[in-house]
Amino acid sequence: MSTHRSRTRVGPGTAHRAGPLDVDALLADRTTQIVVCCGSGGVGKTTTSAALALRAAEQGRKVVVLTIDPARRLAQSMGIAELDNTPRPVADVDGTAGGSLDAMMLDMKRTFDEVVLSQASPEKAEQILANPFYIALSSSFAGTQEYMAMEKLGQIHREHVQGSGDYDLIIVDTPPSRSALDFLDAPERLSSFLDGRFVRLMLAPAKGPARLMTAGFSLITNALTKILGAQFLKDLQTFVAALDTVFGGFRQRAQKTYSLLQADGTAFLVVAAPEPDALREAAYFVERLSEDAMPLAGLIVNRASAVPVSDLSAEEAVAGAERLLVEDPDSLTAGLLRLHADRARLVEREGELRDRFATAHPQVATAVVPALAGDVHDLDGLRRVGDLLGEVTTDAEPESTQRR
Amino acid sequence: MSQRPKVRLHVVTGKGGTGKSTVASALALALATAGRNVLLCEVEGRQGIARMFDVDPLPYEERRLTTGLPDAEGGRGVVHALHIDAESALLEYLAMYYRLGRAGRALDRFGVIEFATTIAPGVRDVLLTGKVYEAVQRNSRNKGAIQYDAVVLDAPPTGRITQFLNVSNELAGLAKVGPIRSQSDTMMTLFRSPRTAVHLVTVLEEMPVQETADGIAELRGADLPVGSVIVNQVRPRDLSPAALQAARAGTLDRAAIRTDLERAGLAGVDTLTEGLVAEAHDHAERRALEDSQRAVVERLGVPTCELPRLAGGIDLGALYELAGMLREQGMTGGPR
Repeated sequence: MSTHRSRTRVGPGTAHRAGPLDVDALLADRTTQIVVCCGSGGVGKTTTSAALALRAAEQGRKVVVLTIDPARRLAQSMGIAELDNTPRPVADVDGTAGGSLDAMMLDMKRTFDEVVLSQASPEKAEQILANPFYIALSSSFAGTQEYMAMEKLGQIHREHVQGSGDYDLIIVDTPPSRSALDFLDAPERLSSFLDGRFVRLMLAPAKGPARLMTAGFSLITNALTKILGAQFLKDLQTFVAALDTVFGGFRQRAQKTYSLLQADGTAFLVVAAPEPDALREAAYFVERLSEDAMPLAGLIVNRASAVPVSDLSAEEAVAGAERLLVEDPDSLTAGLLRLHADRARLVEREGELRDRFATAHPQVATAVVPALAGDVHDLDGLRRVGDLLGEVTTDAEPESTQRR
Repeated sequence: MSQRPKVRLHVVTGKGGTGKSTVASALALALATAGRNVLLCEVEGRQGIARMFDVDPLPYEERRLTTGLPDAEGGRGVVHALHIDAESALLEYLAMYYRLGRAGRALDRFGVIEFATTIAPGVRDVLLTGKVYEAVQRNSRNKGAIQYDAVVLDAPPTGRITQFLNVSNELAGLAKVGPIRSQSDTMMTLFRSPRTAVHLVTVLEEMPVQETADGIAELRGADLPVGSVIVNQVRPRDLSPAALQAARAGTLDRAAIRTDLERAGLAGVDTLTEGLVAEAHDHAERRALEDSQRAVVERLGVPTCELPRLAGGIDLGALYELAGMLREQGMTGGPR
């Protein structure tokens, strides 16, 4: 594996390191049916997902990429004006290898509405869809987005991968969750909410064993009424009652999707940037995924600074620049040396951060992708990112100069 | 740009990865001039303040964090920190306004607190902003509390900020009447007043700048006061415009550079010259992209200020350094 890593280490670092992440092998493996990209916000997750999807499609996979990002960035980068809740074919994908690419933007409210409509009688559905709690929950609650992403993933997998067979690979871009793995927790949270004591009390405040608690319960309903107004409680009661009947199969489906994520056909890719926060978040993802026995394929470190062409150290460069500035305060060469020092320091710091991550998580295969000069707007840009993803090594070492 | 002597609440937002927590911390240090008390709050449960200032994780309690950046006379104020979580905010709120000792505990026992803070839509944001409001607008119920001259909020990202601050809208339809409703209206009055400024942190790349533009439009649409755009992580400016142009065009004078490098006593000048010229080309390309995005930022019609990218990363010293730059650029209400 990564034999060019010459530094010898002691401690945990001496453990066997997984080495470079082979993205192409992952995409080419026909048993890979689902790739989930997760990571904190601002690390290029959406672009990475789209680039992986395009690369897989042009290598012969029948791909659908599912994005959840409300900023519609994928739409921009794929040249599609509007993505909605239905996968749409992406134009200008090279299909000579027999592959295809569809893209879809998750509309979480619509997905939620679809679930309600498919589960409830028409009158009941209407009642739920008009409830103010439902409206707020389905359009603004942070966990809903994560849950609906999983719901949609499950649905596409059932209908298109196992069913019609018009896709053989789903690539999922996860929302930039506030807490790292909201999308794993969301189904659990929603269903534990339905099982919660408060909800059961709301449904049957005066029946059975709950009677013992009614004294306490009226205390809290009074408190809530005082604070929130009576209508609030009434709306909430209606909502909870309606949800309970609708989501009979809710937990079951959530559980199925969860098992699907744990299955061999799924691969998680953690995306990060070479920044302390993003890598800390990535470490959290890695730990959480292994706790939940989710199949982790590796780490992608985006936006790595380009390795300087010359291996002059930052200190030497700064010292040289200072000597020149004494003679000529406007020295161009001094400016060049300082730029070099700046870049060398950045690269060194990023390398240290990655090294620390690798020391703590030696089992995680890693791909490092250099930062592009500009943003990705089009398929060509995505192809370039895809090429970089395909050719990466663990370290963007100076000798691997694919740049001009 | 002596724009904000009146501002009491500075809300700092930004797209993920642009460094909004760093900027919020630096701004708090910059605002804490002699005799002034500043509160730095976070609401996303990330304990970013504790990490940034290298202290133990913060509780739901105002803690003295550090002293501010000294002014010209060496005077410095105090920065306090507060980590706001929705559950504690709700319990405190109930205790403060309803003396709900027993009922408050009952609420907790019945899972209502958990329900209200994790499931009930909108409520979570109202609780978090409610505590921020309370810190800005101290009232007699919170006895012995520190009066702050300024509060800096490390807020949720740009995509969520309008929704987050627009509390009465979030509650609309849920709580139509009652004290929560009227309190959220009072909060909105502060958030919409000139005593509040929402600053947006961006980097000079296309998507963050686009999100900043969208964020400003949304804030304005909701009548929320936009403060400054803080352009973060700006690349070093070691080359003159003429040199940048030459670097892009590939017309840098290699022979002159080579001679300079020899004079500076550096070894391997041939490969070094080629390396530096190639690096300069790459740098000039990126600078040109930055310039085009800077032009977009300038067209937003919002005061801007710029902070450099620090190659060594952000430590406590760097925060003070950035604080000084914010102060120089008038972010604290005129240079001091």
